[in-house]
Amino acid sequence: MQSIAVDVAFWVLSAGAIAAALGVVVVRDLFRAALLLVVVFIAVAGLFALLSAEFLAVVQVLIYAGAIAILIIFAVMLTRDVQQGNLPNRAQIPAAVLAALLLAVLVWTAFETPWNMIGEEDRAGVDLVQVNATNNVDEESLAAAGFELPEEQEAARRAGLADLLIGEFVLPFEAVSVLLLAALIGALALVRPRTQ
Amino acid sequence: MSLENALAVAAALFAIGLYGALARRNVLVVLMSIELMFNGVNLTLVALARYVAPAGLTEDLVQNIGGVLTGQVFAVFIIAVAAAEIALGLGIVFAMYRSSGSIDLSDATQLRN
Repeated sequence: MQSIAVDVAFWVLSAGAIAAALGVVVVRDLFRAALLLVVVFIAVAGLFALLSAEFLAVVQVLIYAGAIAILIIFAVMLTRDVQQGNLPNRAQIPAAVLAALLLAVLVWTAFETPWNMIGEEDRAGVDLVQVNATNNVDEESLAAAGFELPEEQEAARRAGLADLLIGEFVLPFEAVSVLLLAALIGALALVRPRTQ
Repeated sequence: MSLENALAVAAALFAIGLYGALARRNVLVVLMSIELMFNGVNLTLVALARYVAPAGLTEDLVQNIGGVLTGQVFAVFIIAVAAAEIALGLGIVFAMYRSSGSIDLSDATQLRN
């Protein structure tokens, strides 16, 4: 029963995301394209939640559907020709062929690769760690998911996103921080009026 | 819902974004298409993290329990890079609009002429 509900939710969200994404690239009105982009972001957030990445679902709504969508809508408002803005260029047909070929190759790869799947016996533990990537979980749910010994429970508790970000991945984390700072300073320098 | 279906949806998002980034003249639509591609990549990473065993997990889940979150960590990095990209991209759009009065990529030929 639950898996049927998950399947239905997955296909509804997927169809919504793909239809809205097609709308983003073909709709003439730039403002409508920006609103359809928000629909894509929220549908992808729902897919993240289905794929047991609940923290990422929240981050997706905050950063994409919140901040990035607002920035794009502001930019749309500040430009002319909003209604007729989304014109194709001369590379339309080669671009469509290239995108279709890439889609075919990617889907073929996804279905033909012999993935090394997580086994059924580890499923509960992996789900617990991924869903609770930002929480501390109690002993009972850890034991129910198959982490029996105290050392195992401690290891599962320490496997949160925050521990990984400032532990194993601290160098890329700092690099991304510096990149974000540099990009924001660069954006400010680009839009500063040149009148002094 | 399975790994293959999730990957196919992510590939569709990426392909639509690629088409939009290559075939549209408006620079804002190109930026939106790039965001679509970022979303496709993030969906791929999260789906792989959910379904595919990281190296080492096949022997013992507990020894490498952090490995099942690596895909989500990379998705967090990609979201941060996407935020940097959109801030800088819109800055470039505004500078372009101010200098040429147009956000049409077919008019952006100052470097060529």
